[in-house]
Amino acid sequence: MTAPRAVPPDPAVRTAPDMPSGAPDAAAPRVGLFVTCLVDLFRPTVGFAALKLVEDAGCRVAVPDVQVCCGQPAYNSGDRADAAAIARQVVAAFEDVDYVVVPSGSCAGMLREHYPRLLGDDPAWAPRAHHVAARTWELVSFLTDVRGVTGVTGVAFAETVTYHDSCSGLRELGIRDQPRRLLASVAGLELVEVADAEVCCGFGGTFCVKYPEISNRMVAEKAAAITATGAGTVLAGDLGCLLNIAGKLSREGCACRARHVAEVLAGMADVPAIGEPARR
Amino acid sequence: MQTTAHAFVEHSRAALADEQLRRALLNMKPGFQDRRAQSVARLPEWEDLRDQARALKDHTLAHMDVYLERFEARVLESGGHVHWARTAEEACAAVHGICQAVGAHTVTKGKSMVAEEIGLNPYLEARGLVPVETDLGEYIIQLRHEPPSHIIAPALHLNKEQIADDFHRAHTQFAAERSLAEPRALCDEARLVLRQKFLAADVGITGANFLIAETGSTVIVTNEGNGDLTQTLPRVHVVVTSIDKVVPTLEDATLILRLLARSATGQEQSAYTTFSTGPKRPGDLDGPEAFHVVIVDNGRSAILGTEVQDVLRCIRCGACINHCPIYAAVGGHAYGWVVPGPIGAALDPAMIGLAEAHHLPNASTFCGRCESVCPMKIPLPRIMRHWRDREFEAGLSPAAQRRGLRLWAWAVRRPRLYRLGAGVAAATLRLLGRRRGRLTRLPLAGGWTDWRDLPAPEGETFHRRYARHKRAA
Repeated sequence: MTAPRAVPPDPAVRTAPDMPSGAPDAAAPRVGLFVTCLVDLFRPTVGFAALKLVEDAGCRVAVPDVQVCCGQPAYNSGDRADAAAIARQVVAAFEDVDYVVVPSGSCAGMLREHYPRLLGDDPAWAPRAHHVAARTWELVSFLTDVRGVTGVTGVAFAETVTYHDSCSGLRELGIRDQPRRLLASVAGLELVEVADAEVCCGFGGTFCVKYPEISNRMVAEKAAAITATGAGTVLAGDLGCLLNIAGKLSREGCACRARHVAEVLAGMADVPAIGEPARR
Repeated sequence: MQTTAHAFVEHSRAALADEQLRRALLNMKPGFQDRRAQSVARLPEWEDLRDQARALKDHTLAHMDVYLERFEARVLESGGHVHWARTAEEACAAVHGICQAVGAHTVTKGKSMVAEEIGLNPYLEARGLVPVETDLGEYIIQLRHEPPSHIIAPALHLNKEQIADDFHRAHTQFAAERSLAEPRALCDEARLVLRQKFLAADVGITGANFLIAETGSTVIVTNEGNGDLTQTLPRVHVVVTSIDKVVPTLEDATLILRLLARSATGQEQSAYTTFSTGPKRPGDLDGPEAFHVVIVDNGRSAILGTEVQDVLRCIRCGACINHCPIYAAVGGHAYGWVVPGPIGAALDPAMIGLAEAHHLPNASTFCGRCESVCPMKIPLPRIMRHWRDREFEAGLSPAAQRRGLRLWAWAVRRPRLYRLGAGVAAATLRLLGRRRGRLTRLPLAGGWTDWRDLPAPEGETFHRRYARHKRAA
């Protein structure tokens, strides 16, 4: 496990709400938002929530045009050549910003922990990969550990929720307390812990379709544990896990909904939950 | 042991349908995970010990030849014998040769994963010997003619009712109507049966958790005391072990001992930690007349110096297995070879070949829990990834999967084109799932939708919506 790097927070941007949104200061750090392919395709709201949270934390946000996916499907399938090609594309697109922020522990972990390894043997790209890796943060960890955000104000979510720690965020990036700290500042929100929160939900990228029966057992147990908390909504920081969990909860007829933690923190939880029909 | 690792998918399907197995596997959380966590929490220097043990084992692996030769010299000095075996066949032949030389008929055995690996029992049985397993779990699976399903709890896949049935069937010397409902009754009966075997055995075979180069000692770690009876009562003690078990000094062994039982069962120490050095000396009250160590390579030396060398740090505590959600779903037999779970997924392709074992490193979500509990800090996900790389390179992965991956990667490298496709996909999936917000069936996505719904996308991709907002601004 990698401990989060200690970056002294700038006292001027101690809490998010003090910063006027959408009025970027020229001295504010420039953040490149890596949206991720799943957020792009399935849940744009998460991308806009991330954008708002990062802007509220006093940053200027750019969304580089040349971005699709971090390359994990290739990397995790042994296709290193394609994974490296995708990694070079991402590195080139993001090397000019001060920080790369990703609303996913899994994709952030890919950039931060695996790109240096993947491009490590390439003398032209290794330093560039290290440069981007050292600036890459998962969204919530960026808010708390880099920007020193201690809470959100003016945000309400009157529900009992539980939080699923996605594996890469938890074990590769050391993210556990950060989302819980921020959620504690959401008005009306009560957090109950799920049993075995640190156990994988069975998504695993291509794993869930390569070994569907095993994945199903894992997500069935996760769904049962979540249901047992009595929470109305399960939150997590990774859309892959959330699609898996939401899909199982609805298939099993469970009433519990699923949302990305950024939606709640940004006050954007007025859109239907993941896998819920649009309200008429 | 005969491998069936290639049939992992079929095995795992059968395992998932086995309700009894599911109940048995639920015991891992209270039995292993919770106890380990409590034990580790009580030891503030835990992380330091892990770092020290990793450094120690890395040093030993880098100088393995020196330490193995030192170990051999000390064994010879203490009056013992050392047999080097390159292959499983050579190892079995060495053990059989020792048994033959002393005219042995019955041999007792303490738990040894190396003996399972080399297929010692069938080898001896085929040559007229009667090997009797004396570890309770091993004894049970021997009665059932099954391989172990876990490296420290070989009968983990069974419930006590099944074991009672096995005992009723096998122990016909006792009254048929006796009750074996309580675990205590099972233990007492096994003890009664095995006590006779211990006394009758000509040769006792054990494994070894460590070989200590400094003293020529072998070490076993047990909880039942069967290992001690196995190695002290018969005339001959044979240790069947492998080259990776060597450590330089007694002090080094004690460092790893502090990690071993805590990681395995949450005990500070196992009930018995037994050091054996040579045969009985003049004046010793008991002990074997002859002491043999059979040191097996069986592919391990070929791992040295490769990208997977770290697997040789393994001390066989089973912590990675005990915390693996894949193992918890399918159990040990699904893996099809002697070492299951994450360590099996990392080790087995090196031992039995990647073509045979290719499923094992693929059947992982890379959740990383194994590495986080490994006392020797073996980077298990990284090693599994290494095997996936080799598999892809060698063209062993399914052709359709490779073609799909190449096509996807081709598109990802063309963001404008990809975005057109993503836009169409998001809108189409949205339309298909419009009424309910989710899709219950989707052609070509049965791997997903057979088991869970696919939440429908919001409809417009992020990048399209973002571009629209920017134009409007």
